[in-house]
Amino acid sequence: MSLEDRVLAALGTVYDPELDEPITALGFVGSCTVSGSGEVDVRLRLPTPQCAPNFAYLMAADARSAVAGLPEVRRVSIVLEDHYTGDEINAALARGGDFDDAFPGETTGALDELRELFRRKALVARQARTCQALLHAGATPEEVTALRVRDLPDGADGVRCRDLRRQLGLPHGPGDPALVAGDGSALTADELPRWLRRARLMTLSLETNGELCRSLLHVRYGSPDQEEVAA
Amino acid sequence: MYEKDGEKYFVFDSHLHFWDASPDNWVKGQERYAKGWIECFHAYMGLAPAETHWTLEHFQKYSVDDFGRDVFENGHVDGAVFQSTYLKDWYTNGFNDIEHNAALLDEFPGKLRVNGRWDPRDGEAGLQQLEADHAKYGIQGVKLYTAEWKGASRGWKLTDPEAVPFLEKCDELGIRNIHVHKGPTIWPLDKDAFDVADIDHVATDFPNLNFIVEHVGLPRIDDFCYMATQEPNVYAGIAVVVGALMHARPHFFARCMGELLFWVGEDKMLFGSDYAIWEPKWQVEGLVDWDFPDEPAFADYPRWTTAAKKKVLGLNAAKLYDVDVPAEFQLQNGGTPAAQEDAQLVEGAT
Repeated sequence: MSLEDRVLAALGTVYDPELDEPITALGFVGSCTVSGSGEVDVRLRLPTPQCAPNFAYLMAADARSAVAGLPEVRRVSIVLEDHYTGDEINAALARGGDFDDAFPGETTGALDELRELFRRKALVARQARTCQALLHAGATPEEVTALRVRDLPDGADGVRCRDLRRQLGLPHGPGDPALVAGDGSALTADELPRWLRRARLMTLSLETNGELCRSLLHVRYGSPDQEEVAA
Repeated sequence: MYEKDGEKYFVFDSHLHFWDASPDNWVKGQERYAKGWIECFHAYMGLAPAETHWTLEHFQKYSVDDFGRDVFENGHVDGAVFQSTYLKDWYTNGFNDIEHNAALLDEFPGKLRVNGRWDPRDGEAGLQQLEADHAKYGIQGVKLYTAEWKGASRGWKLTDPEAVPFLEKCDELGIRNIHVHKGPTIWPLDKDAFDVADIDHVATDFPNLNFIVEHVGLPRIDDFCYMATQEPNVYAGIAVVVGALMHARPHFFARCMGELLFWVGEDKMLFGSDYAIWEPKWQVEGLVDWDFPDEPAFADYPRWTTAAKKKVLGLNAAKLYDVDVPAEFQLQNGGTPAAQEDAQLVEGAT
């Protein structure tokens, strides 16, 4: 695998925290150039000039960390294009600073809480999709709630469920329950219909936002997504 | 008025604008924000049917004649409310302030109402302005934009202590309809600016006020629905759901409508075109023609009946704004839109 491919793969591990999809699948990586000596320049672009600065910053900073973690990379530059707080964010990124450096006096160091909130929503949505697929395939609520992490399907949702649970500090071992509530306890068959009703709404919320973002990105830049396949 | 298949619909547009975002109105030194804002809106227009798209130049500033033709002549709209949006840090005369909007009231007698605004950061002067706007225009509502920048501040919340006197003043003056529009920034910047929890708090504290959440809280439609199902005085402004999804993403539109009808209900959903982002004509006609796809996934949502269409397109908002609706547009069988106390709580929503 060439270094360029590995850089792109690293960028593919960076998720839009609000949409829970990789920035590469969303088309947010406008360009990525890699020199022979390991210098990487990534330009990120978002669906509107006024996408929320906090989420924009998280994606840019995560992209910087992901690329900088590759051993052959000597220098990495991440630039957020055409954004109304781009100057502040790009200056902080270039300095190696954090979000609080980008907007001094306007933050309270709570960015990690924001990320956790959306990881929780993402987990509900991923679990709901997994659960609905199993029910559609004929499984009963009792069978679905008896499943363990090791039984989760190998698709993107199952893999992401395990990652999110690890990041959230929730039990994620092979023998732990496959479907859990926010506190990590197993969902029961009795709770399932009510949980699914809410989870279906949360799934729709995330997916609708993702669709709006794709639509607006397309209107703004006129080019198709870099990868047609979403995670 | 729109008539289709023998049914007559009274169309009340709860959310539209008459703005000036032309370069002449951009604040010096803030051009990138003013330009970015209107270009962002213009991108949303790109989600409408292609034959309704405008050039950016036309979109930045349109005429009174354009407005009358698009909204009343072609757009089927019987009555409408301007949602004044100031943004004076970016637009010299405001994006569309109350005076700019009110200039159209006499052009279209009896058809338009104008809403005011307030901003808790304006303090005492803001309260006096609110009183003056009420005295001058008889405003029945306000549009609040929590992500508006003001000096060094990039936004506010309805639960900020400074907002309480303004809500009390609205209660006192009978300015009952509080349209809330969330945006991408807030103070502090590392919180979720789109969070609707503050609306939940004030809806409980001010039961006489109606809180109409614009674009159904998108991108937080989930949090919005949980709140609206529990708070009888919280309404869904469905602008953007219709404009951005009905044509461009019909499958998502069907899912959103299903969830809104389930959680919020047909008595608390209000049509708004968000003109000039989108023209009303295709939205009104599309909503009347629309139905759920005939697929099992949509089978358990409440139905989009003729009565539901009549309520959402006009009767619900007409009630909030005390508009007299001629008998020919009222629901048959003596039905009327549900009063606040009739709003059903959905079992299992808490």
